[in-house]
Amino acid sequence: MAVVHEASDAFNVREHGHHHDEDALRIFGFWIFLTSDLILFACLFATYVILSNHTGSGPTPADMFDVPAFTAETIILLTSSFTCGLATFAMHHGRRGLMLTWLIVTLLLGLAFVGLEASEFTRNALAGATMQRSAFLSAFYTLVGTHGCHVSFGILWMTSILIQAWRKGLAGEIPGKVFIVGLYWHFLDVVWVFIFTVVYLMGVMR
Amino acid sequence: MALHPSSAPHGGKRPFPWSHMVGFILSIVLTVAALWAVLARALHPGPLTTFILVLGVLQIVVQLFFFMHITESEGPPWHAWMLMLGFVFVVAIVAGSIWIMSFGTEAY
Repeated sequence: MAVVHEASDAFNVREHGHHHDEDALRIFGFWIFLTSDLILFACLFATYVILSNHTGSGPTPADMFDVPAFTAETIILLTSSFTCGLATFAMHHGRRGLMLTWLIVTLLLGLAFVGLEASEFTRNALAGATMQRSAFLSAFYTLVGTHGCHVSFGILWMTSILIQAWRKGLAGEIPGKVFIVGLYWHFLDVVWVFIFTVVYLMGVMR
Repeated sequence: MALHPSSAPHGGKRPFPWSHMVGFILSIVLTVAALWAVLARALHPGPLTTFILVLGVLQIVVQLFFFMHITESEGPPWHAWMLMLGFVFVVAIVAGSIWIMSFGTEAY
């Protein structure tokens, strides 16, 4: 570990200036992506809020939402955002093993989240609450499903970064990549907090 | 953003992620507070909606400052300006859509 570490430090000193500028540019580019993705979610939220009381003959939000299930999803995603932050923190301090461990924990929590959400969707759809049933359900599955797809993609992406960091250590482009996948993961948590508030909490409030 | 391992001494005290711990505790407290307020019907529906939305905004602040390190950058904080522009668009899209689409929906 220490040997790998010193080797990577030496590498960084040599390559530092070059990578430094490129990393900064990549991170800024990623912030631009996050902003545009935020606007995508804003459109889906606006649609949901407008259509959420157009339930037709289908179930209302209060009929459908299960408090323990969505609370568990929220706590799991918040915890995964924290463990992802710990991975970035370990990386900043050059502790590769610890970083890999926290990334694996984050991935497992992400998988648990996607699993819970998939089981929630399946249960509702089998009970007749399908996407075609009402305007509310169309908007609900589109908004929450788009977030779920983002999380699933994040899991695949983070797994690929994990494999790269495992094989190459913390040299070269790896720290920038870990930092960026971390930003993506925290962003998904931000979007979920609003799904939790606007979709689930306001849904059971009615 | 110091991406690469710093040359801090590794032998002595191990660094502890205090700000991450504080951020995590705050985010759990904010979530539990919102959930409790809704389940206990702590306020009337109007103020309750405002209350949980404010808690949601605070959650975003926690994520941005404690986890995403929005304030850490070496040059001018262009990403923060970008994000602020994004928030302006979000407010325009969401508030504008709700405003214009809620006219006349009483009929349905």
